Amino acid sequence: MAATLWIGTRKGLFALRAGAARGAWKLSGPQFLGHTIHHVVQDLRDPRALLMAAKTGHLGPTVYRSDDRGRSWREASEPPAFRKAAEGEEARAVQRVFWLTAGHATQAATWYAGSSPAGLFRSTDGGDHWQPVAGFNDHPMRPKWAALGTPDGEFLHSILVDPRDPAHLYIAISIGGVFESTDAGSSWTPLNQGCAADFLPDAEVPFGHDPHCVVQHPRLPDRLYQQNHCGIYRLDRPGRRWQRIGASMPKKIGDVGFPIVLHPRDPDTAWVLPMDGQTVWPRTSIDGKPAVYVTRDGGATWRRKDQGLPRSQAWFTVLRQAMCTDARTQPGVYFGTTAGEVWAGRNAGERWHCIARHLPEIYSVSYAH
Amino acid sequence: MGCTVRIASPLRSYTAGAATLAARGSTLAEVLAHLEQRCPGIRFRMIDEQNRIRPHLRLFVNTSEALELSASVRDGDTVHIICALSGG
Repeated sequence: MAATLWIGTRKGLFALRAGAARGAWKLSGPQFLGHTIHHVVQDLRDPRALLMAAKTGHLGPTVYRSDDRGRSWREASEPPAFRKAAEGEEARAVQRVFWLTAGHATQAATWYAGSSPAGLFRSTDGGDHWQPVAGFNDHPMRPKWAALGTPDGEFLHSILVDPRDPAHLYIAISIGGVFESTDAGSSWTPLNQGCAADFLPDAEVPFGHDPHCVVQHPRLPDRLYQQNHCGIYRLDRPGRRWQRIGASMPKKIGDVGFPIVLHPRDPDTAWVLPMDGQTVWPRTSIDGKPAVYVTRDGGATWRRKDQGLPRSQAWFTVLRQAMCTDARTQPGVYFGTTAGEVWAGRNAGERWHCIARHLPEIYSVSYAH
Repeated sequence: MGCTVRIASPLRSYTAGAATLAARGSTLAEVLAHLEQRCPGIRFRMIDEQNRIRPHLRLFVNTSEALELSASVRDGDTVHIICALSGG
């Protein structure tokens, strides 16, 4: 099956396309040159359809939809926006649409969006009109859940829809933590037990954590993985306490990073890209030697995968949406760097090749078939 | 009779490339509402959901900066939409 990698960058949208053998990748674009593209997601319910979260540095955020695999795009008639604030209320405005997630397979036109400041939005018409999810956005605890923010403001990401139940949702907030809803977003509860929050005085706080990326295995939806600001975690529901599987990473590497991606069929296999979280948090590949680590046993052990990656003086930073896998039996693993390079790891990351360079700062890398 | 709106280049994808458009309204809010009718989507890129002018964007009526959407607009005025481009 042919593959497309959608590359969202700070300066526009690019595509890398390859045939079934993934032997050669051809770069096309840019589309939307000068626009900031945070996320591009294919609709697996209708693979011709894509949604894209975009803005420019000076214009407001919006969402675009394509119904022809990215050849043409149409802007949402009503982009994600908070409700008008009442007198005396905090008047929030969406600064960035940061994350997009397609809804449940039985809800063909439903999409979710996460924003900065932290907001959750839903569309029931394929991304044309968006409504705030009041159960989260107006939750009396929301100002406390999302109190700390990041230098770019706090944002909501990793919106997960349980493939067995459209009402069962997870979201993550940087900084705020992981939250769960079992009633389609009407109510939410924190789900952070066991996660470290080294930047807070109380290690056992119920929220205030910094999940960088949370993923759910499509074939084993009770299995969640999390790459957190402080480590790598796994949670098997209905359990509520995350287990730090990053503890089995080599000590000199640690378990800090942004993305975590899963094997499309094997719930025990996941890839991470560790970054330097020491002292002032450079968030670059450790010692300038980039490497991907893979676990094939649910995090009990990890193996380094750096064949083909630079051996020294390569200071990669890879953001949370900038890593993905494809759907092959031995999946390809892909990541994009903030320095504008895209790397492909064939055969589950056994050997890496740079398939694009000189692109703008990469925010997201998404696979589409 | 109405006003002329000068469109900043980042917004011309909404105006089919036009740099100026004619619009009606006695306030900036009315002018932008009229503009939105003709060019759907353009208003939200300039004005947020709390009716605030977005950062890095400036609106002028003739040579006076309008800080509120209630600013008056008269027949023959020119409304300037200016993007304050900065950064790399």
